[in-house]
Amino acid sequence: MKPKTDELFEQEVEALIQDIHTQYGYDFSGYARASVYRRVKRFLGQKHLPGMEALRDRLFSDSFFFENFLQEITVNVTEMFRDPTFFLSLRQNVLPILSTYPFIKIWDAGCSTGEELFSLAILLQEEGLLGRTKIYATDINQKVLKQAKEGIFPASSMAAYAAAYYAAGGKRDFAEYYTSNYGSVKFNASLVRNVVFYPHNLASDTSFNEFHLVVCRNVLIYFNRQLQERVFNLFDESLVSLGYLALGKKETLAMSGISPRYDIVDKSNRIYRKVS
Amino acid sequence: MRASPKLIVMGGSWGGIQASLSVLTDLPVSYSIPVILVLHRLRNQEGSLQDIFGRKLLLRTVEVEEKEPALPGHVYLAPANYHVLLEKDHTFSLDDSEQENYSRPSIDVTFASAADVFGENTVGILLSGASRDGSSGLNYIFEKGGMAIAQDPHEAEVATMPQAAIDSIPGCTVMNVARIKEFLLSLHEH
Repeated sequence: MKPKTDELFEQEVEALIQDIHTQYGYDFSGYARASVYRRVKRFLGQKHLPGMEALRDRLFSDSFFFENFLQEITVNVTEMFRDPTFFLSLRQNVLPILSTYPFIKIWDAGCSTGEELFSLAILLQEEGLLGRTKIYATDINQKVLKQAKEGIFPASSMAAYAAAYYAAGGKRDFAEYYTSNYGSVKFNASLVRNVVFYPHNLASDTSFNEFHLVVCRNVLIYFNRQLQERVFNLFDESLVSLGYLALGKKETLAMSGISPRYDIVDKSNRIYRKVS
Repeated sequence: MRASPKLIVMGGSWGGIQASLSVLTDLPVSYSIPVILVLHRLRNQEGSLQDIFGRKLLLRTVEVEEKEPALPGHVYLAPANYHVLLEKDHTFSLDDSEQENYSRPSIDVTFASAADVFGENTVGILLSGASRDGSSGLNYIFEKGGMAIAQDPHEAEVATMPQAAIDSIPGCTVMNVARIKEFLLSLHEH
């Protein structure tokens, strides 16, 4: 591609972002562009679309196709017990404090297909807290929320997940948590009995409850600074005093305006606590 | 030279750590071009890669942080489990989407993104490795008018990666480590 066609492509993506906002109400204007461009190019290739014009035609005439696009543009790659040291730290540094509350509320923001949610639920179960915890699992995408609710994951991932589970301080036989069937496993529905699934868009929706712990990992990397700041403020409003905020391994509160009100609980695992 | 290089992107896998250390070891702390280094490593492994490079190089070695600008005098290491992308304003973005060529970070991803932003001012260098990652990204750099360099496969600890690039990119320049080092030093603006 010559530079000129690059420029044209970028202009077309900008126009697309605006029109998606108008027609479907999803606002991608605060998304970091390098990833958006890459995702759009990737989607064009996957769907064998010749160019942006063809993409627009399909997107604005077919809302199912748009759902599909939405799922591809917002990265939904996730795994159970990703960064085991994070879950270990949660177990050792955060859950003992949360256990002093009679009732615990957790927000898993950007829960995607639910791998992180089930990891959290397993942790809470093993620490004896699941029965008095309510988890709000939200995502921009309704389709992945449905998947998350079902808790069905490929059996081929289980060996790696089991290893991560033990590295995260897992106490049981990991296979106790699911039943296998035809190359898939289904996690015990009791793990998500106290979970409510909601569509929520971090780019446009407001705070809807108060939480003792907000977990939002590897979502903010896709946002520009301005949108990141919006989301940090949203989390700040949604946390009780002395509540915890957990980010992804390469995400930081350091540049944010809310950072002075937060203590660092675990620097390398990016766990923070609201202290004022 | 047609264009003046403004960014060096380097990738390697098996044998890539040693090769990149050799290439970068004598570059002065005032080196005028930012270097991004994508090395495959084991997943979920806390790396001491930064320590290894930090001890051996004059350049400052840091792990890529999102939204930070790519600056001269630095070697930026791709973090484990993330792809590294570049924005138009020369800041980094991280991305945890699908693996490419069974890798995250993937060399292809960073090479392509660098070429999108720096175009003909990009120098891509592919070192030793037992993977085919990097070839298509290096080719993309070349197509954008940048420079494509592959380590001499005879010298590489594992030839697969540079050989794949040489086989698929007609304009690929083959150099051994000593020659790559010399070339990078020649780009330095005092």
